[in-house]
Amino acid sequence: MASLAAELGPVALRSPVLLASGTFGAGREGERFVELSQLGGIIVKSMTATPWKGKPTPRMCETPSGMLNAIGIQNKGVDYFLAEDLPWLRRQGATVFASIAGNSVREFVKVADKLRTGGRGIAGVELNISCPNLEDQSNMFAHSAESTAAVTSAVVTAIPRVPVFAKLSPNVTSLVEIAEAALSAGAAGLSLINTVFGMAIDVEGRVPKLAGTIGGLSGPAIRPVAVRAVHEVHRAFPEAPIIGQGGIASASDALELVLAGATAVAVGTANFINPRAALEVTQGIEAYMERHGVASVGELVGAVKL
Amino acid sequence: MLTAVGEVLTHKKYGEHFHSLTIVAPQIGEQVAPGQFVNVASDTDRSFILRRPFSVYRVHKRGGWAATIEIVFDIRGPGTKHLSQARAHDTVGLLGPCGQGFKLPAQRSHCLLIGGGIGAAPLFFLADELRNEGHRVDVIMGARSIHRLLNAIDVRRLASVSRITTEDGSMGQEGVVTDVIDDMVERCSTDIVYACGPHPMLAAVAQMCNERTLPLQVAVEELMACGYGVCMTCVVPVRTGSTRSGSDERVYARVCTEGPVFDGATVCWFENEDRVTPEQAAPSTGGAPARTNTDAAQQAELAPPGN
Repeated sequence: MASLAAELGPVALRSPVLLASGTFGAGREGERFVELSQLGGIIVKSMTATPWKGKPTPRMCETPSGMLNAIGIQNKGVDYFLAEDLPWLRRQGATVFASIAGNSVREFVKVADKLRTGGRGIAGVELNISCPNLEDQSNMFAHSAESTAAVTSAVVTAIPRVPVFAKLSPNVTSLVEIAEAALSAGAAGLSLINTVFGMAIDVEGRVPKLAGTIGGLSGPAIRPVAVRAVHEVHRAFPEAPIIGQGGIASASDALELVLAGATAVAVGTANFINPRAALEVTQGIEAYMERHGVASVGELVGAVKL
Repeated sequence: MLTAVGEVLTHKKYGEHFHSLTIVAPQIGEQVAPGQFVNVASDTDRSFILRRPFSVYRVHKRGGWAATIEIVFDIRGPGTKHLSQARAHDTVGLLGPCGQGFKLPAQRSHCLLIGGGIGAAPLFFLADELRNEGHRVDVIMGARSIHRLLNAIDVRRLASVSRITTEDGSMGQEGVVTDVIDDMVERCSTDIVYACGPHPMLAAVAQMCNERTLPLQVAVEELMACGYGVCMTCVVPVRTGSTRSGSDERVYARVCTEGPVFDGATVCWFENEDRVTPEQAAPSTGGAPARTNTDAAQQAELAPPGN
């Protein structure tokens, strides 16, 4: 019998398949489709120190094999998460990763402080330092090694007992350099990748298709970018646990990322099309392991033959 | 709400522009209420990956063993083009019934239904239900032209009093739906208004109903991906208190979950200034997508419930 159990650094997962942040809320809307206890875990929608209203519409447009979004992290804030979502998630037996976002290091630390005092049972924190939809798009944390290090070490200091995973942007010249900055600053691991910067224009009206002009591209269109990113970073830091994400819609997509070096994977945009996508990916990985006589999913991590 | 595979029973063409699919969907057909929608996955392994939301136009429950739902749409992009090629026995993936439907009046009421273009689709289902419950139904239906009117013959059949408006005068009165609202409200002693259609039409109808303190329920359109509340793309700005209580706190509510039907008085129609200005909204209350100064064909494909 193949074992799906995965060791994501210090976090033991019952399966390597997670739900990606911002694509499944805090799990409640999908309750009728997915038992969270059957998945590796859920990375909840990013939370901020105070509620964020989000951007005006249109927030979304479909693009070839993908979609662009500019939502602006609409969320009810960390207090709501701790009071309402976390107790519910714990009752479901879910492994919970709290994704946190903010416009400044101070805002990140504020959320981390609240998670430290009120977030009992959280398996990990994902730092959303790579969202293309912040107010200042030119100044994304994950675009600079120094900013990445600063925010990572501040959060690691604020919440020392919980492993921190830095979610990085593919929109950089040297991803390895940013990854190194996050790891040296104390990140337990990395999430690769966030959405790819993109833009689409309505040529008849000559206006951007998103109210936010620029948005994040997700879906199968970006999967090769994610595979490359995971491959590069895994080659540079073979010991660093990586949550691979970007365009996973099937088990074979997920396995590409695992073979490139991801310890776990997260299913994102596919949830919008099929609320059971993550479960189907899990079953598909299990079938693959049995077909190939793989006893433990860890054997596949970074096992691409070059 | 559930996921299901539906079998296409018939594909019909209504006039020049509109397609209709009647889909066998026993559970969804039994559960769906007027104003709710289904999110349709037309196929897999295609470059247009997202589902397309459609409000339910008609339902035949057939005693619970083979209920069908009917959706109507025009071709606005690759997804609707692909769906327009579906034929009997083809299958489609369905997620539904999604969202909150129209609230039916608690007491016998005179209901005025106002629809624009193909966006009027859910009003036919609503009219059937209202009549079944013993309410009076009157209808105003508007469109750019006769070719963009949805089933004008049925409008006459369903309504005690009906009025048609077209912007080019090719059928009914030349003009837009708001031109005839006062006349109809007076003539029909309207108690409540239900409206569905393009954003500028809804904005104009909401303004009129607000001024006349007529209760209004609207089914709104917004670009959407998931249909079950997780993607946060299909939002509209709404006031959390009612206008009458003077509260001005605004939040973005999800069309797919808190909507698509909202109390017309709570929606902030002109929040997105760059997208819909009052100037744009006022004159173009006829029917077809007029939310920007283009016909925004591709953009509107993922927007329920007007499809």
